[in-house]
Amino acid sequence: MRRPRLLYVPFWATYVFLYTPIVVLVAMSFNAGESPYVYEGFSLEWYGVLAGNAGIREGLVNTLIVAVGSTALATVLGTLLAVGLARHTRSRVLDALGVLPAVLPDLVLGIGLLVFYATIKSTLGLHSVLLAHTVFGMAFVAAVVRTRLTHADTSLEEASRDLGATPFTTFVRITLPQLAPGIGAGALLAFTLSIDEFVIAFFTAAPTTPTLPIVIYSMVRFGVTPEINALATLLLLVSFTAVIVTQRMTRLTESLS
Amino acid sequence: MTRSTTSGASVRSRARRSRALGRLVFLGPGLTYLIVLLLIPLALLIGFTVFRRGRFGGVVYELTGENFTRLLDPLYLDVVIGSLKLAAIATLIALLVGYPTAYLIAQLPRKWKTIALVAVVLPFWTNFLVRIYAWIVLLSGPGLVNSTLMDLGLIDKPLELLYNQGTIVTGLVYSYLPLMVLPLYAAIEKLDPQLREASANLGAGPVRTFASVTLPLTLPGVFTGCLFVFVPSFGNFIIPELLGGGRSIMVGNLIRDQFLKARDWPFGSTLALALLAVLIVLLLLQAWSARRA
Repeated sequence: MRRPRLLYVPFWATYVFLYTPIVVLVAMSFNAGESPYVYEGFSLEWYGVLAGNAGIREGLVNTLIVAVGSTALATVLGTLLAVGLARHTRSRVLDALGVLPAVLPDLVLGIGLLVFYATIKSTLGLHSVLLAHTVFGMAFVAAVVRTRLTHADTSLEEASRDLGATPFTTFVRITLPQLAPGIGAGALLAFTLSIDEFVIAFFTAAPTTPTLPIVIYSMVRFGVTPEINALATLLLLVSFTAVIVTQRMTRLTESLS
Repeated sequence: MTRSTTSGASVRSRARRSRALGRLVFLGPGLTYLIVLLLIPLALLIGFTVFRRGRFGGVVYELTGENFTRLLDPLYLDVVIGSLKLAAIATLIALLVGYPTAYLIAQLPRKWKTIALVAVVLPFWTNFLVRIYAWIVLLSGPGLVNSTLMDLGLIDKPLELLYNQGTIVTGLVYSYLPLMVLPLYAAIEKLDPQLREASANLGAGPVRTFASVTLPLTLPGVFTGCLFVFVPSFGNFIIPELLGGGRSIMVGNLIRDQFLKARDWPFGSTLALALLAVLIVLLLLQAWSARRA
């Protein structure tokens, strides 16, 4: 097909726009100088400073606890929900409820949960962030698993049922193995999202249990330091790897568009 | 051999029971979770809008309409309208940049298509704060943009590129552009190329073909993309804070401040409800346009 030449301008502009800040950030993380803005030669100095920062270490540990816990919970709940919505109901209301956490503005979910925890007089801490992250993690797991379910062959499930297997047996022996790559990809997405999530954690974490994005937020607010460049580079590396792995495991770009 | 002796009726009732059990097992846990940690919190927020604030924060359960009349106070209304404006400008720019990009990606050979798409999505899956922070590094006084312009001799002293509304719009477009490209790509990809060929064969030029064939048929994708950019832009509070200079300039900042600073939960909830109302209207418009297409 004909590709109008003029379109190449906005096409390349998009990629330059998307990647310039990232490239600059990564380059500055290897800066030998004190300035976060002016490049003065290569060094790993700021990665060393980063490793010695206790606040960041603590944030990282909190983030990982929340991400691992909420991913585990979101994977189980999201997978069951995806199968339930695809195979056990035709309700469009329930369908909409399943995707609501993914379309609801994070600010609204964050303050809603803050108000909820206050109303039931629950303390805030890692548990409240973990439960909050499960809400949207579950929606993304369910979405990815459902894409996989719609591509799956239903004749095997029907055969299993016809041979007298209970829904539970059919699920464990037939459906689950077919869904495994989708579940894995969904779990990885939930994990990545939880690690990066800021707004909901901002409202549901206690001041004593900040997650890494909350630590970054307070650092950025007080000014730019080369140390954050190093941290940002490491986070970019983690996210890029996770997304590329997810893309290889499933048709990620398809299930999102 | 119990199976052969079981009557048809009890087989059917067993099937019905197992279907009900299946529903309970698969739908029960997830829906319960969503009811408790999503619907109840939302219901609380909506419920708070009709009550008075407590003197030291919290809520006094005394009915009042004052939260809604306060919404019309120019002080707050201006912020809401300003946010609508900034989000709309960001959405329009994302559409103008995103459409040609999505169009070209859809024409690429299969292998390059996937690579180009993943490359668009990658930044979106990286830490939001990191991406915003990168712009501070780039646009600050001694940053790359200013130093490049000075090296080129275009300016004598660094420009004030940070902390204005243009920077906020840049941050919004940067953050949500991938969400524009994906649905546009999906819509353009679905388009039958024969339709465009037919239009060309009938004598329409590229512009005419685009305006009367391509664009109308990809309109649902356009609406979805615009919604995906507008929704998170409208309620954002991090970008205005970090790139806008920290004053309450968008409705997201206002809501955040009502909850964490002013401790006026009923009014904060009312602002959040107003935000949701705008988004619901847009969602309905989008659903309506998708049904018509």
